[in-house]
Amino acid sequence: MKISYSWLQEYLDLKASPKDLGEKIERSSVEVDSVTQPSDGLKKIVVGKIVSMEPHPDSDHLQVCQVDVGDEELSQIVCGAPNVAADKKVIVALPGSRIGGNVKIKRSKMRGVVSNGMICALDEIGFSKDVVPKEWADGIYFLQDDAKVGEPVFPYLGMDDYLIDVDVTPNRGDMLSVYGVARDLGAIYDQTPQLNHPQVEEVSTPAADKVSLDVDKDLAPIYTMRVVENVKIQPSPRWLQIKLWNAGMRPINNVVDVTNYILLKYGQPLHAFDYGKVSGSTIKARYAQKGEKLTTLNEEEHELNEKDIVIADDQKPIALAGVMGGLNSEIDDHTTTVAIESAVFTPTLIRKTAQRQNLHTDASQHFERGVDRGGVEEAADAAAEMMHELADGDVLKGIVTGSSYDVKDVIVKVTLSRVNHVLGTDLKLDQVADIFKRLGFGVQVDGETYTVSVPSTRWDIHIPADLLEEVARIYGYDKIPSTLPSGPTTVGALTEKQKLMRDSRHVLEALGLNQAISYALTTETKAGQFMMRESSETQLSWPMTADHTTLRMNLISGLLDDIAYNNARRVKDVALYEQGRVFYKDAADQVRPSEHEHIAGAVSGQLIVDPLKNAKNNAVDFYQLKGIVEKYLDNLAIKGDVEFVATDRYPEMHPGRTADITIHGHYIGFIGQVHPTVAEAYKINQTYVFELDLDALIDMPKDMDQFEPISKYPSITRDVALLVDKSVTNAQVLAQIQKRGGAYLKSVALFDIYDGKNLPSGKQSLAYTLTYQNPNATLTDDEVNHAFEKVQKTLTSELGAEIR
Amino acid sequence: MTLIDQLEKIRQQRKQDIKDVGDLKNLDALRVELLGKKGPITQALRGMRDLPADQRPKFGQFANTVRDELQGAIEARRDELKKDRLNKQLANEKIDVTLPGKPVAQGQPHVIQQIIDQIEDLFIGMGYQVLTGPEVEEDKYNFEMMNLPKDHPARDMQDTFYITKDILMRTQTSPMQARTLEKHDFSKGPLKMISPGVVYRRDTDDPTHSHQFHQVEGIVIDKHITMADLKGTLELIAHELFGNRFDIRLRPSYFPFTEPSVEADITCFNCGGKGCAVCKYTGWIEVLGAGMVHPNVLEMAGVDSEVYGGFAFGLGPDRFAMLKYGVDDIRNFYLNDVRFLTQFSKKG
Repeated sequence: MKISYSWLQEYLDLKASPKDLGEKIERSSVEVDSVTQPSDGLKKIVVGKIVSMEPHPDSDHLQVCQVDVGDEELSQIVCGAPNVAADKKVIVALPGSRIGGNVKIKRSKMRGVVSNGMICALDEIGFSKDVVPKEWADGIYFLQDDAKVGEPVFPYLGMDDYLIDVDVTPNRGDMLSVYGVARDLGAIYDQTPQLNHPQVEEVSTPAADKVSLDVDKDLAPIYTMRVVENVKIQPSPRWLQIKLWNAGMRPINNVVDVTNYILLKYGQPLHAFDYGKVSGSTIKARYAQKGEKLTTLNEEEHELNEKDIVIADDQKPIALAGVMGGLNSEIDDHTTTVAIESAVFTPTLIRKTAQRQNLHTDASQHFERGVDRGGVEEAADAAAEMMHELADGDVLKGIVTGSSYDVKDVIVKVTLSRVNHVLGTDLKLDQVADIFKRLGFGVQVDGETYTVSVPSTRWDIHIPADLLEEVARIYGYDKIPSTLPSGPTTVGALTEKQKLMRDSRHVLEALGLNQAISYALTTETKAGQFMMRESSETQLSWPMTADHTTLRMNLISGLLDDIAYNNARRVKDVALYEQGRVFYKDAADQVRPSEHEHIAGAVSGQLIVDPLKNAKNNAVDFYQLKGIVEKYLDNLAIKGDVEFVATDRYPEMHPGRTADITIHGHYIGFIGQVHPTVAEAYKINQTYVFELDLDALIDMPKDMDQFEPISKYPSITRDVALLVDKSVTNAQVLAQIQKRGGAYLKSVALFDIYDGKNLPSGKQSLAYTLTYQNPNATLTDDEVNHAFEKVQKTLTSELGAEIR
Repeated sequence: MTLIDQLEKIRQQRKQDIKDVGDLKNLDALRVELLGKKGPITQALRGMRDLPADQRPKFGQFANTVRDELQGAIEARRDELKKDRLNKQLANEKIDVTLPGKPVAQGQPHVIQQIIDQIEDLFIGMGYQVLTGPEVEEDKYNFEMMNLPKDHPARDMQDTFYITKDILMRTQTSPMQARTLEKHDFSKGPLKMISPGVVYRRDTDDPTHSHQFHQVEGIVIDKHITMADLKGTLELIAHELFGNRFDIRLRPSYFPFTEPSVEADITCFNCGGKGCAVCKYTGWIEVLGAGMVHPNVLEMAGVDSEVYGGFAFGLGPDRFAMLKYGVDDIRNFYLNDVRFLTQFSKKG
């Protein structure tokens, strides 16, 4: 809401500059989005008087005007506005001026005739089209007759005022009015705002003769009406128009403008009905009925819901209560009798109605945040009195009440020690009492206990903590000291699980993978790919886009999206890992999924990008990623053997290049190449991936590091090359070697694989180095030869190997 | 010529020969020639038996001196030649040190992870626990126990992805306040914890909005925790993450789960507080929200708000990273362009 600085000055004696005032409001009350002057960015725009005009010789709509802009000579300006007329005071942008939209005006020629500037419409000097009164929408604006020629126009249009745009939090609905802001500033600057109260001049006819009310109190705890007869509809006076347009409201006519003015001033939304258009004399506040429709003032038709609240006459809805009036009861130029509604509607109902009908108005926003229940009648009085003054209306006697509410001050108690205890301050008894008084609260002090009575203007305050906030902000957040929590010492440390998760990340980063964070919400298809177990999917009931509807049940699909993003931007070499959650449901009817930490990697192109190497030959393969996974698992030091078991069970994976990973026989994840058709669907190059159940890895028993003395005795190696069937795996060979290796076999390493030329078809050659060592003595060649022979025999007999 | 004269001549002549040898092979040949069994010194020593007995020792001594001298000269020459050979080899081995180093693999932590780790480390050092909670949360914890009953207008501040009426994607890490408050045994000391994690909002992704982002929640509850403690803690966070050259401004705000509530701004890093487009000409940039935990939140979690109280704060690592590194589009964090991810590798 934009609050006028000059309007505030009507009630307070503000010494602070507008900018400083904005800063003060921000530090003490609510956020301030900006402090601006409507004339910002404009210059050399002055009052001119059209002395004479004649048609342009070469145009059928342009007029050549001789304009007095305060210089000795008249200035010739060409103008094309339909309403341009002699003897009018107008807005003139002189040569060298700057008008709205940062446009510069120069001396120019229009169809051969010199034009020394431009005569402006309001929207040409920065007015939003939404606030320009309809009568001035299609032409230039006429200033008041006593405007001084040659002077800047800004003061005549309220453009020299400063506007403080406050962004009011939901609890501070009281700040959505000039009175509310004035009261708060009064507390901040220790001034009593001079707020005036209306005196209504009434005629003798009772309003109750004209209208009776039938109100559901649950919908509208307070509902009142005043009736004003014999109004003469016309444009509002300029001062009122200025207040409205500076607040971002379009002036309409003297009756509607009064209701909007009262909203700005008091924060109480009012609505004016054309009494002549109301059928019958009973006005109801009720729920809408099934099938009812209402066209609101913005000319939109609404199908009403049975939970929407409407104001209705005896036949039809005439307003969407608290939101917007109906077109069928609109004030127009012929209106003579006005029914002014001043009411309080139940906030949640207004909020729901506004949401359902997608119609958020100033009124609905006020009602949603609450309004001053004690100010409802005063607002109606002020409106009626203004309609009397500005529209010559006769205010009928009395306020008609459909529902009412006994407004009382809220009593809250708080002690001085509590204040200082919570705020960490050292305030004195009278300091705090003074703050309450400045806020306009009643306060009684008994010992160190304050009994505070909070008026209805601050309906957000109910409990002691609310008072603490008032004390803190009026005293000043700046003045609160700065300390750190004292008290018993606590130990801060990561848990074992948290440490392992951090370590996991560090290991994979050290191995060359970059951490990715992908979206957990994805498509239904992607959510269900690369599954490590059976699970039903978890879907949003009302997603925002088709791309994010379902919670992921794997991490790989997100990484593939990331690779696709990179590949599409010609980034071919991508090495990523992600640590994050997947969401499983054991059955479709399980409402809440269980959450599991997984860790996954995906590498496409080269892991180590070397421009001196052939990118294709250097591209990542199964074994490079396997090396990473092995190293990672090795670092995690989980007890038990890690095994890679070939599998073709994942539909999204290459059936011949994928392995399940088990530790001590427990399945913990898989690794392999993404199936070419899946890669194609993702629009990615050849990619290798792995995904592991991190929760399971964390829970598995770990080996502790333990020093092992380094043997003083030399080791002896023997190489063996085997010719075996291609179906024989490395794992099988190793198993046989280990089984018959003897006590001194320390390690076995594969050092050559060959399946090329000169070998019988269907065969491959595998070569291993066996290392023997006795930790306690020097091994003899005989001992080693004996052991080595045993191994060779076993390989021949068990695997049909030919020793080469 | 006496034998001694002969030896003396050998000594002088051959020393020069040794100096003139140009390579190790010839030097070796010369060594054999001079000091070998058929060499002149050996020969001379053999001829010693023809000398009178009284001259023998003197001669023998002299012959040994000559031999040692020549041997020394040969060795010195050998060292010289070896050195020359090595220098030549080294000269040949000269490389272009400006050629690129061989690439190695090194991955980076995600920039948001870096911020989270930094915050975790700061708070662990001050005795806080790090706790994490579910991303799929109950309405009860996400809203109701945070003093946001159904139909509370502040729920409009957060658009929510619901799964069912009562289950949702958490919109904030604040439910971890309720969850830990419920469990914490205050007889064992104060509650001091932070909770980092992923949160979700029903937003359209654009440069400043993401339907998925991160938060770090913090809460301290004890018998004597003050708003001054909150202020000191928030200043510490800002200084840790942004450096000491920034001022901090606290101002009133509103969160249903704190009262009083504050928002903390830091000096705009872009303009230093003068006002610019980044800070919307205010000189300040909002970095986090906080407040004193609302008594309703304590009571709903079964904590006596008459005895216990404290503060809570919530901050956004995504926003911090954007501010700290000048990232202009939040979507960068979730698209994982390698050219983006690898930019944040500077240590210290």
